[in-house]
Amino acid sequence: MTFSLFTIQMLNGLQLGVLLFMLSAGLTLVFGIMNFVNLAHGSLYMMGAYFAATAYAHSDSFLIAALVGVTGSAALGFAMERIVAARLYARDHLDQVLATFGLILFFNELARWIWGASPYYMNVPEALSGTINLLGISYSTYRFAIIVVGLLVALGCYLLINKTRIGMLIRAGSSNPTIVAAMGVNIKMLNAAIFALGAALAGVAGLMSGPILSVQSGMGEPILIMAMIVIVIGGIGSVRGAFYSALIVGLIDTAGRAFLPLLLREFLDRSTAQAAGPALASMLISIFMALVLALKPEGLFPLRNR
Amino acid sequence: MTPLLQVNQLVKRYGGLVATDDVSLALQPGELHAIIGPNGAGKTTLIGQLAGELRPDSGSIRFDGHDITALPTFGRALRGLARSFQITSVFPEFTVLENVALAMQAHRGHSFGFWTPVLRQAELVEPARAAIQLAGLHHRSDAPVAELAHGERRQLEMAMVLVAQPKLLLLDEPMAGMSHQESGKVVELLSSLKGRYTILLIEHDMDAVFALADRISVLVNGRLVASDTPAAIRANAQVRIAYLGDEELPA
Amino acid sequence: MKPWRISQSVATAIVLLLVLLPLYARLAGEPFALTFGSRVLVFALAAVSLNLVLGYGGMVSFGHALYLGLGAYGVGILAHHGVHNGWLQLGVTILTCAIVGALTGLVSLRTTGIAFIMITLAFAQMFYYLFVSLKQYGGDDGLSIANRSDFGLFTLGSPITLYYTALLLVLAALLATHRLVHARFGMVLRGCQVNERRMKALGFSTLRYKLSAYTLSSVLCGLAGLLYGNLTGFAAPAYMAWTLSGELIVIVVLGGMGTVFGPLVGAIVLLISEELLKALTDHWMMILGPLIVLAALTARRGVYGYLLDWDAWRAQQRRAGKGAAP
Repeated sequence: MTFSLFTIQMLNGLQLGVLLFMLSAGLTLVFGIMNFVNLAHGSLYMMGAYFAATAYAHSDSFLIAALVGVTGSAALGFAMERIVAARLYARDHLDQVLATFGLILFFNELARWIWGASPYYMNVPEALSGTINLLGISYSTYRFAIIVVGLLVALGCYLLINKTRIGMLIRAGSSNPTIVAAMGVNIKMLNAAIFALGAALAGVAGLMSGPILSVQSGMGEPILIMAMIVIVIGGIGSVRGAFYSALIVGLIDTAGRAFLPLLLREFLDRSTAQAAGPALASMLISIFMALVLALKPEGLFPLRNR
Repeated sequence: MTPLLQVNQLVKRYGGLVATDDVSLALQPGELHAIIGPNGAGKTTLIGQLAGELRPDSGSIRFDGHDITALPTFGRALRGLARSFQITSVFPEFTVLENVALAMQAHRGHSFGFWTPVLRQAELVEPARAAIQLAGLHHRSDAPVAELAHGERRQLEMAMVLVAQPKLLLLDEPMAGMSHQESGKVVELLSSLKGRYTILLIEHDMDAVFALADRISVLVNGRLVASDTPAAIRANAQVRIAYLGDEELPA
Repeated sequence: MKPWRISQSVATAIVLLLVLLPLYARLAGEPFALTFGSRVLVFALAAVSLNLVLGYGGMVSFGHALYLGLGAYGVGILAHHGVHNGWLQLGVTILTCAIVGALTGLVSLRTTGIAFIMITLAFAQMFYYLFVSLKQYGGDDGLSIANRSDFGLFTLGSPITLYYTALLLVLAALLATHRLVHARFGMVLRGCQVNERRMKALGFSTLRYKLSAYTLSSVLCGLAGLLYGNLTGFAAPAYMAWTLSGELIVIVVLGGMGTVFGPLVGAIVLLISEELLKALTDHWMMILGPLIVLAALTARRGVYGYLLDWDAWRAQQRRAGKGAAP
């Protein structure tokens, strides 16, 4: 195992981590403030990817793709909130699960109908193709860009939540939603805004994922489930927790997939290691989640005073 | 006589706030001990620790000769510490009888019965009927709880804590939200239980407290500022100060 | 003269139709009806198992398809290695589902609400990926099961035998549910759903009972999986997919959660609806999705639940009409 291989995998882990964060942030905010389980969050991510990919294919401008992808997701999120979600805030989690499950089925089929069942390819933008030299190692420029964008988004979230008035409302809403409503804030618009913000973040994730993953119907759910694991580990409702936890999960998953098979080959015969390696690697983050839950059920970085 | 309940120097902090400040208490068997105090005094936190829902930061609780400080809630219930809730916590979809039978069930062996209906199990139904009778709800035995009035639900709460003949009754504001007439009924019931049961009563209703209690403890800002007979409490200047503006102590 | 109850009539009619279905299939020359009926019964059995923890226990498990898949693989993997004895396959399925159910339940039940839902989903997904990576057992494509389970006296290779076995199991499960919910275990489980805090204060070790219910439920679902593997002649990671878990939840709620007959009604309604929609358009999920959303917004009690409500309302009317005290 060389320094180069190790660093590349660490960077890949970071890249997956920031992508997971962008997806988890919106999810955990909506969970924490509106107490709403949004399984269709993955659909927002998918639609963002599709919007961006389509815009890119027709305009050849990554900037336009970004604009369309992010605003499209935000608008979709806003509509989702107003039409479906808002009616379910007072209801059981079960009703929310059911409704958002129905939405997933709808959006996955919609995507199949509009864009077909085959993957929709999005090219890496010209300006970001190729490799960049980091610490003496060649790393994909695009993946590095994802890391940069992700960290900037995280910084933006931090500033928004901690330094702005709306952020204050978000934090207040996290610990005591009823008081925020009592304060005379237009809670309906605030909720819609939070939902749309989460959707926008999912859209950014979708946009950035486009060139490296295949954009296709159903792409949202596997990563949604990873985001849920991130949130459970981080602590539901905590964006800060989502950030650290996303990075940890991203690193564990990437490193696990890269190194576990190699590690197993030291102890087991080739064929067993060949079989067990990927199997174990895919289970790694779930096992990690189980461990965290066994020791700290409220998550690693829970919201305080909840 | 060894106290049935011995609370030693209980402390519970929430960040900078000391909710329970070095509280010590001893209850003799058969005693009816009332805890009063202004809102925010820490009564809820204290009950939480006695019931096993909250862990004290320091101090100990001895019940019936055993240290129960680390014992979870259900363990304490099985040892005879029955707790009623301030906000009625009965089971609306069950009938009155089913509610009380369920309360009995925990004390009558395990619940891995999959076939025999509970209402056909005499060891559950008979004590349940007796407790319902005691609580004055006999005429409503088969009514679904959803149809009961507030006062009747509080009576059901009482039946549920009494059915397994507990050693200690921990009653959390049993008269909350009751009319004068309804409270009267509860006072009657508690009077009839005096001596036979040991009761720790947390209440705001001063008439009831002074009518029933053998001893009264006053909790203010987490501290027990006084613990004495009703007459002494009535005369206590500190208590008057604590309650200034809150309530008039009965003459 | 006992008053007529629509819920009972509907339930009886359904059972009668199910018993006679193979006859119809034979006479009308429609073998598909038999296969479809078996499929409905398999999903009904899985739904009965989910109803136990979800409808009566209040535990929203979004990973129950896991046990469906484990049951199918219980048949598939053993058959792959030449073991076609149904009893052995059954034993392995029961054991595996019990262990997986108990272990995942133990971890998941440390949480409640949203976290519980997500964790059950995550665990099911974990096993999904596990089986995808098991290339020797077909990986993503799955495993085909050439020989069906042989139980000595009968084998599940015959479609009629499979159908009636499934029917028998469903009816037995419904009866068991009916007894269970009024027995000690059921009362504790239902109490935990309403107010777990109160249950602990009453002296119940709630975790013990919730975990037992969860484990029992996973074993029963595994049983459904065993039947499913025999029905399709296949075991695939897709049987553990979250979409299937979601479908099971829809069935339970649509039929009427927390009712005895709900799961069977739900399976019938959903699967028939799916067939009707499929005949309408290839993109039938674009219609089913919003219908599910609508159901979540409006139809809380489920089909059978509404029938029960109607019976209760009519009973109340009768009491009021007679002038007797309600």
